[in-house]
Amino acid sequence: MKPVERRLLRRLPRRVVVVLGALAAGQGVLLVAQADLLARAIAGLDAWSLLPLAGVVAGRAALAWVTSGVAGRAAAAAKRELRDALLARPTGTPGGAPAGVPGGNSAGASSAGGGAGERVTLLTRGLDALDPFFTGYVPQLLAACVVPVLVLARLFTADWASALVVAATVPLVPVFGALVGMRTAALTGRQWGLLQRLGGHFRDVLAGLPTLRAFGRTGHQSVVVRELAGEHRRATVGALRVAFLSSLVLELVCALSVALVAVPVGLRLLDGDMALSTGLLVLILTPEAYLPLRALGARFHASAEGVAAAEQAFAALDAPVGRVGGVLPRGRAAAPEIVLEDVTVRYPGSDRAALEGVSLRIAPGERVAVAGPSGAGKSTLLLVLLGLVTPESGRVLVDGVELAELDLAEWRRRVGWVPQSPHLFAASVAGNIRLGAPDAPDERVVEAARAAAADGFIEALPHGYETVLGEGGAGLSAGQRQRLAVARAYLTGAPLMVLDEPSARLDLASERALVEGASRLLAGRTALIVAHRPALLGLAGRVVRMRNGRLVESGTEADAETGGETGREAAA
Amino acid sequence: MNGMWSAVRPYTARLLAAGLAGVAAELCGLGLVAAAAWLIARAAQQPGLAALSLAIVAVRGFAVAKGSLRYAERLAGHDVALRALAELRGRVFDALAARRRDLASRDGDALTRMVSDVDAVQDLLLRCLLPAVAAVVCGVAGVVVCAVAAPGAAFVVAGGLLAAGVVVPWVAWASGGRAAARAAAERERLAVRALDLLEGGAELAVFGASGRFAAAARESAARLEDAERVTTRVAGGVTAAGFLLQGLTAAGAAWVAVNAGADEVAVAVVALTALVAVEAVLPLASAAQRLREVLPASRRVAALLAAPPPPRPERPRPLPRGPLAVDFLGVRVAYDDARDDASGTYALDGVDLTVERGRRVAVVGASGAGKSTLLAAISGEVRPESGTVRLGGQDVAFCDPGEVRSAVRGLTQDAHVFATTVRGNLMLARPDATQAQLEAAARRARLLEVVDGLPGGWDTVVGEGGRGLSGGQRQRLLLARALLADPPVLVLDEPAEALDPATADEITRELLTLPGGGTLLLVTHRLAALAAADEVIVLDRGKVVQRGRHENLLGRPGAYRDLWESELLTT
Repeated sequence: MKPVERRLLRRLPRRVVVVLGALAAGQGVLLVAQADLLARAIAGLDAWSLLPLAGVVAGRAALAWVTSGVAGRAAAAAKRELRDALLARPTGTPGGAPAGVPGGNSAGASSAGGGAGERVTLLTRGLDALDPFFTGYVPQLLAACVVPVLVLARLFTADWASALVVAATVPLVPVFGALVGMRTAALTGRQWGLLQRLGGHFRDVLAGLPTLRAFGRTGHQSVVVRELAGEHRRATVGALRVAFLSSLVLELVCALSVALVAVPVGLRLLDGDMALSTGLLVLILTPEAYLPLRALGARFHASAEGVAAAEQAFAALDAPVGRVGGVLPRGRAAAPEIVLEDVTVRYPGSDRAALEGVSLRIAPGERVAVAGPSGAGKSTLLLVLLGLVTPESGRVLVDGVELAELDLAEWRRRVGWVPQSPHLFAASVAGNIRLGAPDAPDERVVEAARAAAADGFIEALPHGYETVLGEGGAGLSAGQRQRLAVARAYLTGAPLMVLDEPSARLDLASERALVEGASRLLAGRTALIVAHRPALLGLAGRVVRMRNGRLVESGTEADAETGGETGREAAA
Repeated sequence: MNGMWSAVRPYTARLLAAGLAGVAAELCGLGLVAAAAWLIARAAQQPGLAALSLAIVAVRGFAVAKGSLRYAERLAGHDVALRALAELRGRVFDALAARRRDLASRDGDALTRMVSDVDAVQDLLLRCLLPAVAAVVCGVAGVVVCAVAAPGAAFVVAGGLLAAGVVVPWVAWASGGRAAARAAAERERLAVRALDLLEGGAELAVFGASGRFAAAARESAARLEDAERVTTRVAGGVTAAGFLLQGLTAAGAAWVAVNAGADEVAVAVVALTALVAVEAVLPLASAAQRLREVLPASRRVAALLAAPPPPRPERPRPLPRGPLAVDFLGVRVAYDDARDDASGTYALDGVDLTVERGRRVAVVGASGAGKSTLLAAISGEVRPESGTVRLGGQDVAFCDPGEVRSAVRGLTQDAHVFATTVRGNLMLARPDATQAQLEAAARRARLLEVVDGLPGGWDTVVGEGGRGLSGGQRQRLLLARALLADPPVLVLDEPAEALDPATADEITRELLTLPGGGTLLLVTHRLAALAAADEVIVLDRGKVVQRGRHENLLGRPGAYRDLWESELLTT
């Protein structure tokens, strides 16, 4: 048994195991009773013993019903626990930051997106695959432990000679199962890579269909698709020829064992040494001793997918979490002073520091813009300020108190954030704007939208402010998303604003609207702005430039303009 | 269902063989029990060994044959299912290849669904059809055996079989389907909430909304659990009903047989045969449930296969040889329905444009300005709603689509790296390319140094979608492939994307200046190298807002100068 399975089994409350065990035992007892009654009814041509038989049958059905209910509930509980735990855990993002933080560059952001997709699959269909484990494998495991023993016990009391044969051959089932299983695992393991490659080809060519068509290769690939699918078939059937052997061997072992029991029974009946009812009982019960063990293998294979999902889930749950933050409250509503002292940030798995020895002071009410090429560390600087990324060294001081000491939730209440690529939550437009102020009245939402120059496009949406956005809802263009985020930040009324301009080129009208909204947002507040275009620089009192994680120059807005002039001359 | 059957039909004989093996295996199981019951009960009447010898042989034969036949059935069934799968894959590929537009290659979900829809043909055969046939035949055989042993009991067995093989599967189909639909809807809702939590996690944290959204997600999970409990209950009910029907049928048959005055042998045969026969039809319930899941997939595949190929012009006009001029006359292209963008109504909104043959033109503009659509309209991938696109003076709408496609090639946003060797990926563009041509294209795309660094050089296998290559390496490979094709009109959509700015500018400049080759249209977001372009076209919201040479455009205020100043800011 693999550690994952043991860990899964440990998730079952002892109570549930005991109940399922008792139910399995009950099933075993009724099974024996059923065989007994049936044998007696046939041997004695006794129709009246069929009545209790019907009762026993009803009892078995009831026990099966209860078993499936208990196991189903256990499966649901285990899945709920895993789901809740996974929902509380971020995907693997750098610095122990909450999920959705871009890893400082676009490549990181896209890989985080893939991680989210995988996580969602795991949360839904992935964990559902655990059902066969809990409702199939676990009850069968208990039945395999209990039922053969009960059947053997009854056989010993009925006819010890037959019982001895069964007792000697029953262990052959797991032994043969394991032997054949190991052999086939080795054989199919060797072919696994080939099967994967051949099986994946169809998806590959479908994904590349536009390319194939562009280069006029569809006719050729049409043949290749069939050929490779044929090869896949040959390889698969080859592997199955061996894999199916295990059940063939088990079936033959069982059939031979039953024959070993049945032939002497028949001869003794013929000699009159044995009562017909005993003979029938032995005949009916003997296969039942082997059945649970044989079925266990099949149940186990059926739950393999769920076990793999559980493995993934445990891996996610075992990943270390980042720091939670301090506790010092700082309930001031005024614009804060922010000082970065020699801040260095390094993302796990990257040899280059995202920020290296950055020192910067933002006075209360001051608006600072950060410019520089992509990958320079601009966004990381903002994430540090938001407490989403923890510096490896250096300090961030808010009004003279270290950020690490502050109650993060408290601190964030004083910050509004306009991320570079805002997420559209699966809620109404109004709900998206209310993210930081869930109780804001409608007028304030509309006011925020108007300030962000977002009211125009919102009113043009099919249901205005009640239009549902996000996955499965309406989508917005990059510029519209950004303005929605501006409205969201505006509504919080936070004294510090952190704005990350989208690096994707916006069309001219969108850009103008965004700048207009941003200027209203930033008026009278402390702000740190990542700017990708000159227009936004006009909103800042000071511009700092970054390159390779370091601050390279700092000056007024006018300096940056001059820099632009020089560059233009050089190029012209 | 027709869609899938069309792929199965060529293998009817094999399917029949697999079905026969399955039926024979089930019958052996039935025969084994019936013969064993007869043997034991008859032996108790002490008729002498000779009277039993046939039954003894039959029991042994059935026991061995059952396992072997089961083995044969499983192998033959998988073989035929995989043959049908291969055929269906080929047909689906052909149908998709004949269409003009695709499921977007970057839409992984649609792709995954398509692949699993096609794969469902295996389940249709292995988990629905073959078990159903075996179950039905075995049930009928059970009734026949009982009818011979004790005619009255056969009616009871038939009734039990109908209940277990028709009523229970029908209930499972109906109620299970409803519960499954509810669970699927809740699962979808949970996925959406989880995505909010995962992708919007940082924003939720900053805006103090994590708790609220996590609670909503947990609530979704709880509702999903509720829905799943119903499905589990249905499954449990099916199992319990199976037990009940099996036992009651056997008991009832025995009751009727005993009361009709049958002897021990007949009663034993009837009772035990009834047990096995009912057991054989129990899998019909799960087959019904599975069929319900397979049917929508089958329907989607059928719809795909039934879709007629796009019309071709009856007498296509030939394209001239050599580099071609490109003309746009009032071209208007509507957005894809699938586009998640509520702004704007046209991807291209009345574009007039002339690019003379052999010219090298750069196209710039905001994201969503229509740059990629412009390229797609030239290659005929996108049909204009109104207006005309001309290639070498010929209206593209009246040319053979295949000829247009072979004249207009290059690097598009949906370009794909196949799971094969680097060489194979390049040769796709020109199957008869020489090593020298390969290397020349690779040199221009800066791929050569990448190839030299790969463990197997040109014969290194790269993963599906270019796994194993970095973004920049992948881009170089795609560019090299486009350059190797060397078509009359070369279209390059962001050829230097994901490369460092210096290399990107160097490659772009070279593409715009190196002698030879056809007409070039190059979409780019970096302007630094565009002084080398014969002309720059600036798009904004589907319209050409500026055009001219780089230095002239910089000289006057406007969109291009704005873009240029933004670029300076980020370098």
